[in-house]
Amino acid sequence: MMTNNNSEPKYVIETQDLEIYYGDFKAVTNVNMKIEHNKITAIIGPSGCGKSTLLRAFNRMNELYAGTSIKGNVIFNGQDIYAKEVDPVEVRYRIGMVFQKPNPFPKSIYENIAWTARIHGYKGNMDELVESSLQQAALWDEVKDKLHQSGLSLSGGQQQRLCIARAISIKPEVILMDEPASALDPIATLKIEELMQELKKNYTITIVTHNMQQAARASDYTAMMMLSGEGERSGTVIEFDETKKIFTRPSDKRTEDYVTGRFG
Amino acid sequence: MKEKAVVQGFANNLDWRNRKGVFWHVIFQASTIVGIITLITLIFNVIDSAFGYVAYEARVDPDTLTMNGIPLEEQSKEQLVELLQSTLSSGAYNKLNNEKSFEDRSREEVFQVIVERIIRPKVVRVWDLWPSLTQADEIRATVAQDFPKAELDFVSWLTRDFVTRPQTSEPLTAGVRTAILGSLWTIFFTILLAFPIGVGAAIYLEEYASDNWLNRVIQTNINNLAGVPSIVYGILGLAIFVRTLEPLTSGKLFGLVDLTTANGRTVLSAGLTLGLLVLPIIIINAQEAIRAVPRSLRNASYGVGATKWQTVWSHILPNAMPGILTGTILAISRAIGETAPLVVVGASTAISFDPSSPFSKFTTLPIQIYQWTARPQAEFQSLAAAAILVLLILLLSLNASAVLLRNRFSRRF
Amino acid sequence: MAELTEKKLSTMSLRRRPRWGETIIQGLLFFSGFFSIFITFGIVYELGKEALLFFQMPGVDLLSTITTTEWKPHVNKFGIWPLLTSTLLTSTIAMTIAIPLGMSVAIYLSEYASPRVRSTLKPILEVLAGIPTIVYGYFALTFMTPLLRQIFGSDVVQIYNTASAGLVMGILILPLITSMTEDSLSAVPRSLREAAYGMGATKLEVAVQIVVPAALSGIAAAIIVGISRAIGETMIVAVAAGAGPNFTLNPFIGAETITGHIVRISGGDLSYDSIDYNSIFALGLFLFLTTLVLNIISQAIVRRFREVYE
Ligand SMILES: Nc1ncnc2c1ncn2[C@@H]1O[C@H](COP(=O)(O)OP(=O)(O)OP(=O)(O)O)[C@@H](O)[C@H]1O
Ligand SMILES: [Mg+2]
Repeated sequence: MMTNNNSEPKYVIETQDLEIYYGDFKAVTNVNMKIEHNKITAIIGPSGCGKSTLLRAFNRMNELYAGTSIKGNVIFNGQDIYAKEVDPVEVRYRIGMVFQKPNPFPKSIYENIAWTARIHGYKGNMDELVESSLQQAALWDEVKDKLHQSGLSLSGGQQQRLCIARAISIKPEVILMDEPASALDPIATLKIEELMQELKKNYTITIVTHNMQQAARASDYTAMMMLSGEGERSGTVIEFDETKKIFTRPSDKRTEDYVTGRFG
Repeated sequence: MKEKAVVQGFANNLDWRNRKGVFWHVIFQASTIVGIITLITLIFNVIDSAFGYVAYEARVDPDTLTMNGIPLEEQSKEQLVELLQSTLSSGAYNKLNNEKSFEDRSREEVFQVIVERIIRPKVVRVWDLWPSLTQADEIRATVAQDFPKAELDFVSWLTRDFVTRPQTSEPLTAGVRTAILGSLWTIFFTILLAFPIGVGAAIYLEEYASDNWLNRVIQTNINNLAGVPSIVYGILGLAIFVRTLEPLTSGKLFGLVDLTTANGRTVLSAGLTLGLLVLPIIIINAQEAIRAVPRSLRNASYGVGATKWQTVWSHILPNAMPGILTGTILAISRAIGETAPLVVVGASTAISFDPSSPFSKFTTLPIQIYQWTARPQAEFQSLAAAAILVLLILLLSLNASAVLLRNRFSRRF
Repeated sequence: MAELTEKKLSTMSLRRRPRWGETIIQGLLFFSGFFSIFITFGIVYELGKEALLFFQMPGVDLLSTITTTEWKPHVNKFGIWPLLTSTLLTSTIAMTIAIPLGMSVAIYLSEYASPRVRSTLKPILEVLAGIPTIVYGYFALTFMTPLLRQIFGSDVVQIYNTASAGLVMGILILPLITSMTEDSLSAVPRSLREAAYGMGATKLEVAVQIVVPAALSGIAAAIIVGISRAIGETMIVAVAAGAGPNFTLNPFIGAETITGHIVRISGGDLSYDSIDYNSIFALGLFLFLTTLVLNIISQAIVRRFREVYE
């Protein structure tokens, strides 16, 4: 499945035989994928195949749901993030996350970013950090006059960009995005996509999306997930390749059916 | 409705079924009305006793206090003070003078002291509000006939003075200040114990506890404790706070022994006992409030690499706080109304001095009501009724504030 | 921004840093959670210890306690039956009032009342539930007892009697049973009602034959909690049911319940290690265990009920 064989340390995240469980239920099975530095990797697949579950495994957000466990490894910069001595808080500090539903803190726009920076011990100029984060998230011009209004007073698209600004304010290496645009209108969606291209220069991005065009347009690599096996209810990555290839000449028939809309 | 053809084998009994429906509808509705009427009766019954005619006789006839031919009512303030000085023991006089010097008192106030300390009216009969309103003439006739020396007044047992006067054994001058202060002191320690531990336990169970047997035991145990009869907490308080921890709860440990108690039956013991009683309620209410904080907020916080406590402190607690406070206020109202455990812990039957430290003897408003209710004389029932009104008003305002809080801060998501 | 950019070095460790504050707080929170275990332990230990002492007192033994019918501490007679019968008597009277009334009100609220009516009635129930029990005690003594004496004659009904206490206790428990029953009635899925209406059932038939049976376990739980509450209720009986154990099933004469006895005995200055002191612990333990069993049964029922509809 891996076509990319130049095994330089340009992979940020690498999974090895990853299996993810909710209690006894194995939601994701046998995932081996490598996420490349400063690239956008999209995860696509039908609903319920475990995309969010897999994404959350990349920064140990899964643990916040009762009864979850994993087998296999998730290697981040050469370290297994599930190793005993690893602190999940550290992991989430380096691997940020943006969620499907925009979820700014019910605090001011300013404080959304300032609080995040503060808990990580930021002692520099807060105003500068807030401004630069919002600027990188392409939100600064829209909110610079109302920094002290509640983050919840913004529109959905603005809220989502605030969440992105909040995530990048602490300079993670990877940003995980779970259907970040699914709650947004097409224009706001486009804004987010443009933003991703901009952010790609400094960050590695992994995004779950239901939107085929979005994956085709915005990503460099695409992982196709699907429930696998007969009678099995576990999702797995059935094909992982350059986006161009996935969308033009996929090697798996199921991928072809799915990306061309003939699925189901 | 259109007549429906009778199908073979089915009786057309819709009429009868509908009549049965109406019958039971009436029954259900009537039950509800019975419930409401009961509440109204209960409140009316209290109000009925809290106001009405009182016939009282002077223990000392005011006519005997005429001085130089001037009747008592017309004497000047100085003459009244003189009268007090000559009639009361010097100790009693000085005590009164120390409370507030006679020079600073108005003539009205001095006259009041004379009524209380010298004339000392004695209640001979009381009437409820309803007869007082409907049969005033007969009451007057009865009094004129049976108690020719008595005076008849329409009184409200619930007055400002009633709230501010200390407890005494004289129904006409008794008040609930001692009891109210006792309740406040007690509740203070209740909150001090139950609020932090209760909220802490709720946070632990909702945010920290993993699903293992120990935490399940803790949760089940809390649910069970909420159903334990309050009197059992009283017995526990008696064994633990009054007896075992006596050096602490009586203040001996701190050398602060109140000579009149020194046995652990103190405000502190009472407050802690009620603290144990309401703890499970506070925990359960706080858990509910914490559970209502949406998952997305937790995700947002953990997603930027916040620790558990940072998440709890900065996001979960602020958002759950209105709910937690509402639940706490409701639990505290329960504590304020509790009587049985405090009787067991050892409320004092008659104290006329205000509690002044954690190690004071105590009485509370419900205890005071209990003690007055238990007296056979009607005037004490009236006092109990007035005290009940005070208690209900207090609880009602607490509940109203809880409702306000709930509405004011209702969900921001 | 210096600190934040520096950590970008990929070699930086993800290793757990000691977070002392975090650890201490977690310890405190665990202590708070565990505190309730201490309470239960305290109850079982203290009550058990003193109850054991009680049964070791000369002249007291478990067998005669549960087989004899006189409770007279001053002559060393500790037959629990008089206290038990009056407890059962008041509780039975209370439940006779509270179950039918409570269920009727609950059915009315959940099946008949318009949302507007419901939203005014429920606060009234809450007010009823929030009134301290001593007030109900006052009500029993100054309203219910005179009423009973007027109806049945004051030579039949004594000033202190279990009937009055029981009736008022029924009123006290009414809101509890109503709200628990109402909760379980409204938890019955709408689809079930619609199915029945769709087959031409009347409102009554839907309520009584469809909704009530579906909510039966919730209703059972409500009744059991009500019983447990009635057994442990204290102030009403302390005020209205009379002082002095009395082995009788006549509801019109005074008889002391377990709770009433505890209150009266402990009202005076009780000296430690006296037989009276120990006896209230034995009675308290009995109360604790009885209500605990009832509450556990009720919770088990509720849990089963939840699994069906959630
Ligand atoms: N917290 C949870 N507890 C138990 N099972 C879960 C949980 N979250 C997800 N699952 C199950 O795991 C499987 C994968 O879910 P997941 O949310 O990862 O799918 P998804 O691919 O993200 O779907 P969608 O496209 O609808 O978001 C599903 O069968 C789902 O029911
Ligand atoms: Mg998903």
